[in-house]
Amino acid sequence: MSTPLALPEEFADLAQFEDWALETWRERYEKRLASTVEEMQALYDAITPRIEEILSYCDRHDLAALPDEVRNLMFLLFSLCEASLPVEIWRQPRVPDSGAADLTMVAEPRL
Amino acid sequence: MAHFPKPAEGSWTQHYPGLGTGPISYRDSFDPHYWQQEIDSIFTKEWLCVGRVEQLSRVGSYFTKEFEWANRSLVIVKDQGETIRAFHNICRHRGNKLVWHDYPGEETSGYCRQFSCKYHAWRYALDGSLVFVQQEEEFFDLDKENLGLVSVACDVWEGFIFVNLDPQPSQTLTEALGDLATGLAGYPYGEMTQRYNVTSKINSNWKLFIDAFVEFYHAPILHQQQSTSEEGQKLAAVGFEGLHYELFSPHSMVSSWGGMAPPADPRMVKPMENFLRSGLFGPWDKPAVVDNNENLPPLVNPSGHRAWGIDSFLLWPNFMILIWETGWYLTYSYWPDSPNSHTFESSLYFVPPETSSQRVAQEYAFSVFKEFALQDANTLEATQSMIETGVVDTFVLNDQEVLCRHHHAAAREQVAAGRRPDSYPWMPAEVSA
Repeated sequence: MSTPLALPEEFADLAQFEDWALETWRERYEKRLASTVEEMQALYDAITPRIEEILSYCDRHDLAALPDEVRNLMFLLFSLCEASLPVEIWRQPRVPDSGAADLTMVAEPRL
Repeated sequence: MAHFPKPAEGSWTQHYPGLGTGPISYRDSFDPHYWQQEIDSIFTKEWLCVGRVEQLSRVGSYFTKEFEWANRSLVIVKDQGETIRAFHNICRHRGNKLVWHDYPGEETSGYCRQFSCKYHAWRYALDGSLVFVQQEEEFFDLDKENLGLVSVACDVWEGFIFVNLDPQPSQTLTEALGDLATGLAGYPYGEMTQRYNVTSKINSNWKLFIDAFVEFYHAPILHQQQSTSEEGQKLAAVGFEGLHYELFSPHSMVSSWGGMAPPADPRMVKPMENFLRSGLFGPWDKPAVVDNNENLPPLVNPSGHRAWGIDSFLLWPNFMILIWETGWYLTYSYWPDSPNSHTFESSLYFVPPETSSQRVAQEYAFSVFKEFALQDANTLEATQSMIETGVVDTFVLNDQEVLCRHHHAAAREQVAAGRRPDSYPWMPAEVSA
């Protein structure tokens, strides 16, 4: 049995979304495109009711030296940023009418 | 009924006599001969922004820039004296590309003490001088003094690095920037070092994407769904009016309202925007370095309107700086790969976050920005393919599209002159009167 995603104890139940704990924007965007709206809705519904609690938990740690379990929590929040757009607006994984348009991330801030 | 005042002439367009109000041809956006003239008269003559000084953090930091449209590759480096220099990326021995990694055609960046050619290990100091030749004694009358890297004009304004492919540029960078050199100076660009840099290959002429970003007439329609449905319908019904337009030919600017950060009523925005206090206009809480916008550069928010949201400056020919009321900035570059394609490059710059909440707010601003960019990008391909049919030859532009009219006209003027003309045939009314 594999080790579940390291998360703060209060948020251990979010380990079911470990596939979304991704370090780069490209990985998160591809995960979004490969997911269904229902899957993204589940992530959204699990996090958004507790988002204030999660943010204030993360804010208690030095951003420059986040422990692994807090970093993982932050990656879930970053994925939520991506996944919330299909959930709140599009009702489909892709931006409508975006066709073959795509972006290459050349440089991005890393945690 | 105008919501914001226009110039005395009745419109922004007529404020600039000579710009005209009639339909314009878009043949300039697909004709291969004209595209080549733009390369020869504009892109190889003008100062072009290639990045920021923060990308070259220490002596020996470098990055390369591939200008395929001009058949040029450049390397930009911080030398031992901390001067930023640009060189043609070619070894003086037998012409190998000097700096590349794995794929010769791809841009790269890194750090080195000297540049060493992969082929025969000729080495160059960071100031371009040739310092080592493998088996030097085998050569004949080798004049190492004159075999340094070929330099490219390079200068820095407000931390933005510019190069000019003209071996003898007709203007300095400051001269070329004109009124913008001082009018946009002093913003804390150097404090906003948290950078997201993206590129995209776009199947349209370079000018068409500038068209999309120098007018906001399209925003309430193309991006309607990105607002809550009630707010989106309201915005579409009202349409768009700029707060201010101004030409600094060949440069230009548009100032726009944008009272969405934070919104007057939380129901106007998506739930995530309220959760994270962030959205397209960026994180809602301004960083301290912008001093609550009390000390904006002179040309920013020229109308002084309380609903001011964003100013968008086109720095001729292909670089845009967008300064947001919320305290961050965005840049766009458009590199003309072919008559009907270009490489779009964009960077978002924020003050480095101090807290996780601030970090997530910036991430969300990037995510939302990117949704808009994808919509814009794909629409351009649809436009390009149809104007190329030639079925319709001229197109009508409204007053909110005055900057589209202007930058196409500026390009035509420069192509006709073969270089930047001494003056342009349109001037503000009060100047020409």
